[in-house]
Amino acid sequence: MSKPINPGDESQGTLPTPEHGIAVSDFQNTAHEEEWRPPLPPRPSNLQLLAEQTFTPPGSLQRPKKSTRPSLISKATTAISRTDIHSQSYQDGSRETYATSTDTTPSKGSPRNYGSLRRFKAHNGSEGDDSGSVRSYVPTLEATGDVESLLGEVLSAGQESPAWKLQSGQQELDNPYDSIGFEDDGITAEFRHEFDDIGELDLTGNNEEELLNLWKSKRKHFLILSSAGKPIYNRHGDNNLISGYIGVIQTIISFYEDSKDHLRGFTAGGARFVIMSEGPLYLVAISKLGESDSQLRVQLDALYMQILSTLTLPTLTHLFSNRPSTDLRRPLQGTEPLLSALADTFTRGSPPTLLSALECLKIRTSDRQVINNTLLKTRCDSLLYGLIVAGGRLVSVVRPKRHSLHPSDLQLIFNMLFEAEGVKAGGGENWIPLCLPGFNKNGYLYMYVSFLEAGDGNDDARSKDSERGRQDEVAVLLISAKKDSFFDLRKMRDAVVEELETSGSMAIIKSAVQRGRPAATDIIPGTVLRHFLYKSRGNVQFTMPSYEPHFNTLLARRRLLSQYHTLHASVHAKTSHLKVHHCVSRDSISLAWVTPLFELYCIAGPHSSRNALAQSANKVVQWVRREEERVFIIGGAVF
Amino acid sequence: MSARASTGSRPGGQGRFAQFKLVLLGESAVGKSSLVLRFVKDQFDDYRESTIGAAFLTQTIALDDHTTVKFEIWDTAGQERYKSLAPMYYRNANCAVVVYDITQASSLDKAKAWVKELQRQANENIIIALAGNKLDLVTEHPDKRVVSTVDAEAYAREAGLLFFETSAKTAENVRELFTAIARKLPLEQAGARNLRSNPRPGVDLRPEAPGTQGAGACNC
Ligand SMILES: Nc1nc2c(ncn2[C@@H]2O[C@H](COP(=O)(O)OP(=O)(O)OP(=O)(O)O)[C@@H](O)[C@H]2O)c(=O)[nH]1
Ligand SMILES: [Mg+2]
Repeated sequence: MSKPINPGDESQGTLPTPEHGIAVSDFQNTAHEEEWRPPLPPRPSNLQLLAEQTFTPPGSLQRPKKSTRPSLISKATTAISRTDIHSQSYQDGSRETYATSTDTTPSKGSPRNYGSLRRFKAHNGSEGDDSGSVRSYVPTLEATGDVESLLGEVLSAGQESPAWKLQSGQQELDNPYDSIGFEDDGITAEFRHEFDDIGELDLTGNNEEELLNLWKSKRKHFLILSSAGKPIYNRHGDNNLISGYIGVIQTIISFYEDSKDHLRGFTAGGARFVIMSEGPLYLVAISKLGESDSQLRVQLDALYMQILSTLTLPTLTHLFSNRPSTDLRRPLQGTEPLLSALADTFTRGSPPTLLSALECLKIRTSDRQVINNTLLKTRCDSLLYGLIVAGGRLVSVVRPKRHSLHPSDLQLIFNMLFEAEGVKAGGGENWIPLCLPGFNKNGYLYMYVSFLEAGDGNDDARSKDSERGRQDEVAVLLISAKKDSFFDLRKMRDAVVEELETSGSMAIIKSAVQRGRPAATDIIPGTVLRHFLYKSRGNVQFTMPSYEPHFNTLLARRRLLSQYHTLHASVHAKTSHLKVHHCVSRDSISLAWVTPLFELYCIAGPHSSRNALAQSANKVVQWVRREEERVFIIGGAVF
Repeated sequence: MSARASTGSRPGGQGRFAQFKLVLLGESAVGKSSLVLRFVKDQFDDYRESTIGAAFLTQTIALDDHTTVKFEIWDTAGQERYKSLAPMYYRNANCAVVVYDITQASSLDKAKAWVKELQRQANENIIIALAGNKLDLVTEHPDKRVVSTVDAEAYAREAGLLFFETSAKTAENVRELFTAIARKLPLEQAGARNLRSNPRPGVDLRPEAPGTQGAGACNC
């Protein structure tokens, strides 16, 4: 960040290279483009107060001075939507933090916006204004009377508002209490049983009610059916168990389809239903976990891609054009574990899916270069893509110049290899025909997969099973368009492994995997951040710290991901022009910050100050800037 | 990297060494992968997901003090949609294990269809073994058996197949199955191509290396 930033540098749409001002330049542009900004409201001197207030009795909050706010509400955002209203109170503060600092001079080693933080702090203002912005959160509260007693709740609920409620229409505004409450993120202790088997209907059908109750207790369902109403996939329980529901869903969807009015989603029974109609298939997500419609749609899309990956588009189309009543379960046989692995990943919460980006193993740029060169050097003629994956993260890619690797394709591959059991339990090398829809929906490619033993790469070690989880293993994936190139690729794999061993790259990869991700506090000493997600939009890659020590359990992790979903939805809502979104809840204080170059989502503990959070966010951006070529694969090995 | 502990461990490094390609075929869920895993790693999982595509494994067995046979094994996926890929795996195979589940009648029909296809399309002198798997299930509950040993054996004899009833779970007859195949493989005639005298450990015997291929083998 020590480089001066060229204000004329239009960074939109360009890849983040180390030369680019990643964040600030962009932000200043945004600020410049804004025709008029409202004057800065006075700020409280002690920002810590805001966070602490969420824990003090709500009545202690000062009555907001509403009259000072309206102009801010209408000017600071260009659209009025639920999202905007919701975030208004925080957004203006955050914007000031980042965007109004054009007049500060950057000091060496510290970004301009960092400078602005000090100014921000120096302001001396009344707390009233701050709670004024809190007030603006739910304008309809006034009508219900007891505003003051609710404010604390509003604050703590801010974070927990399910993303879909943020995005959905006016009717939710009418009843804000729906979205208030700690349990509202849908993640309760019973989430632990989310993945438990429902069991089978017994012969008499006596346990049907019991099973249906179990089915209903699941926080999330995915259903896939044909437009003729034939069940194809259902995450929980027997198809027979829910055949009634499938019938109802099919009737509802086709009712809308028939009137050329596509049903995209609805809310019922505290669950959000999102429907995707893809040719002969209906895909339905039913979620009580609070994702937004578009986030659920991304998940449905991944399931659809898995079906294409198994069948290819022409086959799928052909099957149904031949016979609309086709039972797709047969041709898809064996794909169910892959669909379920995807579904469960989404239910647990998945940063790569949320961000539509992939994660790389952090190693030195020069080390990566050696690995890239190894792939280039050993490349055989039939190779299309070559990948080295370690600990579920990408280490290196070799690809033809004209083809990049699609994150959604990579997600399918990673899901097959690291989430589902089929391949890794096979115990050998694998030769897998698969369609990568992002690459080409219409045909198959063939993937050679070899998991490498920790010790050495020799033939016998290769065929011995590892005690450790495959998550920690190094895998070589070589993809070809030629179905008979297994032995070519196998030979290449041997050469790659030998070369990596000799050059010491293998040791580097293995120690990087064993080290794991650094904790947030390793990245930024003393930071209030518990976790963050940083996505480089140009590279379609993201990086994040370890989940430890705050998010070790399934539950804690799901909560974290739900917060990310909410933040993500706030800055991605169609009507949202937000660049920065700030949230305070009982659990945490968090921030989303979006520029054309990156998306950053940060979570800090509930007692952290907004100021400290903002500073840490800046530091994350600086860190990524410094480490960009280590945390991301930039370019890769291209032939 | 190309050193092979298993080949190197032969007594005194003396003797004959042959390498053969073996393919497993049969309906999904009859236990092909389980048989291979039992043979290669002496492992068994009660719950195993269906094979995607095909898995390639190797295992070496000593037939006697001076004869070692290395199998290069293709464990194919039994599901319908992979059917069209099967020729790629059996085309150059020296031997095949066609598996059925003795508790599933349809799986024997499927096995018979594979045998027919192999006899028509595969190597002329391919050695085929028929394996009726999940023997353990009927040991406990005899009424679970739907394919009788006598019938299957009669069919195997008629079709010129080796025949075993196996259990990947208990390991019963698994090693016997593969050993019987190894014994029946044409060690003698294969001499020049398949059989190597006293190979040094570390010599690359990969099938794609010129001059080391099995009869009629090509690179795929
Ligand atoms: N009791 C018993 N179960 C077995 C035996 N062999 C396999 N199984 C079980 O049968 C199921 C299917 O076995 P697999 O080895 O995956 O079958 P496969 O023939 O490889 O199936 P595909 O890969 O789909 O072609 C697994 O759950 C195994 O645990 C056996 O000998 N006895
Ligand atoms: Mg199998």
